[in-house]
Amino acid sequence: MEIGKSYCRVDAVDKVTGRARYTQDYPVPGLLTARLVRSTVANGRVKRIDTAAAAAVPGVRAIYTCFDVPDRNYPTAGHPWSLDPGHQDISDRHLLNERVRYVGDEVAVVVADNAVAADRAVRLVEVEYEIYPAVFDVEEALKPEAMPLHPDVRPDNIIVKSQFKIGERNFDDLANETDLTFVEGTYDTQVVQHCHIELPVSRGYMEDGKIVIITSTQIPHIVRRVISQALGLAIGKIRVIKPYIGGGFGNKQDVLYEPLNAWLVQQLGRPVEVFISREETFTSTRTRHAIRTKLKTFVRSDGRLIGRHYVGYANNGGYASHGHAVCANCANEYRMLYQDEAVLDSTSYTVYTNRPAAGAMRGYGIPQACFIMEAHMDDVAKSIGMDPVAFRRKNMMKAGYVDPVTTITCHSTKLDECLTRGMEHIDWARKRTEYGRDTGNIRRGVGMAMFCYKTGVYPISLETSTVRMILNQDGSIQMQMGATEIGQGASTVFSQMAAQTLGISFEKIHIVQAQDTDTTPFDTGAYASRQSYVSGMAVKKTAEVMKEKILTYCSERTGEPADDLDIHADVIVRRTDGTPVMDMEELAMNAMYSLERTEHITANETVHCRDNTYAFGATFAEIEVDMRYGKIKVVDIINVHDSGTILNPDVAAGQVHGGMSMGLGYVLGEDYIYDDDGVQQNANLLHYKILTAADHPDLHHAFVECEDPSAPYGNKALGEPPTLTVAPAIRNALLHATGLSINALPLSPQNLLRAFEAAGIGENDD
Amino acid sequence: MYTVVDMIVNGEAVSVPVDSRELLLDTLRDRLGLTGVKRGCEVGECGACTVLIDGEPFDSCIYLTIWARGKEVLTVEGLAKDGCLHPVQQAFVEEAAVQCGFCTPGLILSAVSLVGKNRPMTRDEIRVGIAGHLCRCTGYEHILNAVAKAIDHNLSKEATHENAR
Repeated sequence: MEIGKSYCRVDAVDKVTGRARYTQDYPVPGLLTARLVRSTVANGRVKRIDTAAAAAVPGVRAIYTCFDVPDRNYPTAGHPWSLDPGHQDISDRHLLNERVRYVGDEVAVVVADNAVAADRAVRLVEVEYEIYPAVFDVEEALKPEAMPLHPDVRPDNIIVKSQFKIGERNFDDLANETDLTFVEGTYDTQVVQHCHIELPVSRGYMEDGKIVIITSTQIPHIVRRVISQALGLAIGKIRVIKPYIGGGFGNKQDVLYEPLNAWLVQQLGRPVEVFISREETFTSTRTRHAIRTKLKTFVRSDGRLIGRHYVGYANNGGYASHGHAVCANCANEYRMLYQDEAVLDSTSYTVYTNRPAAGAMRGYGIPQACFIMEAHMDDVAKSIGMDPVAFRRKNMMKAGYVDPVTTITCHSTKLDECLTRGMEHIDWARKRTEYGRDTGNIRRGVGMAMFCYKTGVYPISLETSTVRMILNQDGSIQMQMGATEIGQGASTVFSQMAAQTLGISFEKIHIVQAQDTDTTPFDTGAYASRQSYVSGMAVKKTAEVMKEKILTYCSERTGEPADDLDIHADVIVRRTDGTPVMDMEELAMNAMYSLERTEHITANETVHCRDNTYAFGATFAEIEVDMRYGKIKVVDIINVHDSGTILNPDVAAGQVHGGMSMGLGYVLGEDYIYDDDGVQQNANLLHYKILTAADHPDLHHAFVECEDPSAPYGNKALGEPPTLTVAPAIRNALLHATGLSINALPLSPQNLLRAFEAAGIGENDD
Repeated sequence: MYTVVDMIVNGEAVSVPVDSRELLLDTLRDRLGLTGVKRGCEVGECGACTVLIDGEPFDSCIYLTIWARGKEVLTVEGLAKDGCLHPVQQAFVEEAAVQCGFCTPGLILSAVSLVGKNRPMTRDEIRVGIAGHLCRCTGYEHILNAVAKAIDHNLSKEATHENAR
């Protein structure tokens, strides 16, 4: 069995030796460098740009302003394109924007021989603005008097409002019933950033009559399509190359600067890179949405959820980016994980404001959903004096569930076992009783939270993938995929899948690491934890066809019936007794060079995936909070996952740890800090703190495996889930430790001290 | 203002003409082709550009090339010998300590310097020892395992040498 083995990653040696090449490591002779001039106002219009002083800087080759670029709006979201105009991504920006909508918006670009000249010129570009009042808060942006930020696209600042109701009852009527407890609360999540260590850079040049863009992206085929839309250029004239990338986490599931890069190459006829600094990555790429929800719930004294009411507001910033998809996903999670006896009434708004645009980030609305939902569920359980785990078990999704909106079916679940494993690890029963009574400076608590997570985007969006396999003369396989390796280990597990289905050894599967749209088959790319499921189906189908072709050729050469043949460990054998018939190298040499009959054995298969499945899991955490400093110490933490069959346990563990780390940053302190004018005050890695090794507790993980029947190899989503429930588990541990429901992230010392003070609890209690 | 800097890079003497304001990061990447030195923040925050200078880790993005005059600079490209990975590189491969790989070269060099201290280190000491590096993929668990393994490997090798003597 190749599936389930902890093979070393196929890219590890390249990466530890420095041989692995990322975008900036590709030499491009004569490369010019481009730097952007950015809006200093949050809301306004560019009246005039004076470039004279900047143009005089030695080494400056060109300066283009928002008045020079094509008058053509384009969309940026890394979604499969929809042929239905009603479902297409919103086109609401130019390559450079005359109408600016946040501090950091792009108004002009300088192209120069080197970075020093470009930076100097950027500082000398003079921009005069007509300034409008800025609106930063979602509820302010919804007021009738608020200025619409995109009147050509939307009459007001609502990008989309969506509603659904499950159950016939009117939520408010439940107030008349007896034996129901009512709980309500407002829950807020903050803005955070992906903080991939490689900057989102690209390089472009002309070759063979095409514009070639090398870029740090998760979605090369989508980048190609968006460049085509932004420039009005035929897609066949564009070639996108995606080499190794230094992390993406969703920020590179948006087409940020590649269209501008392509346009600059087109204008100048020379190679150009667009360089985005770390500071610009903070201010002017994408963020995780701040989502505010107002929740109301009726619960019966036996713990059954009777009715829930949900209103969610996502602050999308100045551009639509992924549009309503993230906010809708958040509301979907609230519906899917728990089922109400009578009614769930849900309304969601995605709203333009004068913040940087929020887009895709690991979990895509579900980290927010889990904080909001799981904090609230603990509040609800507490209101009826019920154990949080017992309460969840009573209401959570069970096998066979069919979501009434999306029809996604629960094909398999080990959520119950995940809860048991988590309780055992953290010693739940004992600590729930013993902790939560401290009155001194140090207070202890344990908390948990859980999730479900869809695997891919079907049926909300298209799921499709193609894989190509070619037989080499040595009996090994060349495998090309449009699916991308972004650090998660995709190339390694795809190689394991191919080895498993073909019967050819793992070492003889040569996956092509870089995607090049000139030669790489189509796949939408790395997002939605989709690839091992959807692209995995394509690997399996292609490998099956490939194997059939190999065995048919063998049958023709040897006279053995093809149906009686199989491949085991690089040898074609008789299925019945395992007798060797021909080894793969001999077959491959014959197929290539035989004077009797050659066949260049290849397979190229597309899977159009029309299914989905839920992964599950939970976080259990033990904390100590120091009431004097508002400081949370994570004493112990474990993530337990049901992601179906685990394809490669070591690689999977790395995914879990990384997700947990991001979750710890989310809960303990990461936050965008702005001044009143909308200028970010911590747009660098010194002041925006992501956790170092010294800030981490030991991270524990466990997998409760099952074989999902809908999946190609029993596997379900794992890339994003690990980051979902860390924040609410710690928030709920804090509730246990202090009795305080704190409903806004992050739980930083400043915020906690304010909350303790407001609640009148703290060091002088005892 | 150009000046020639003589230094030892990955064991070889080099003479490089550089702008006197030039960063070692740029010299290594652009003039010597050592692109294993990664550009992550350009202000000494992330650690991706770490190289060893006379055995000590430095952020090459905030280190002027002219300061390296006469010194020994080691980048990740200089670690493998005779086609064999350095024990720290080997440990990173075996412990699945590599994900996107962008922080990896810098981390490996800091780990080499920790191993070079030739003494046992607790997990907490290793945590502090690599705290100058930001990694967003791994949660550092496997990296800590890899560094601990390389330290153990080195000490057991030292012990073998002692015994042999």
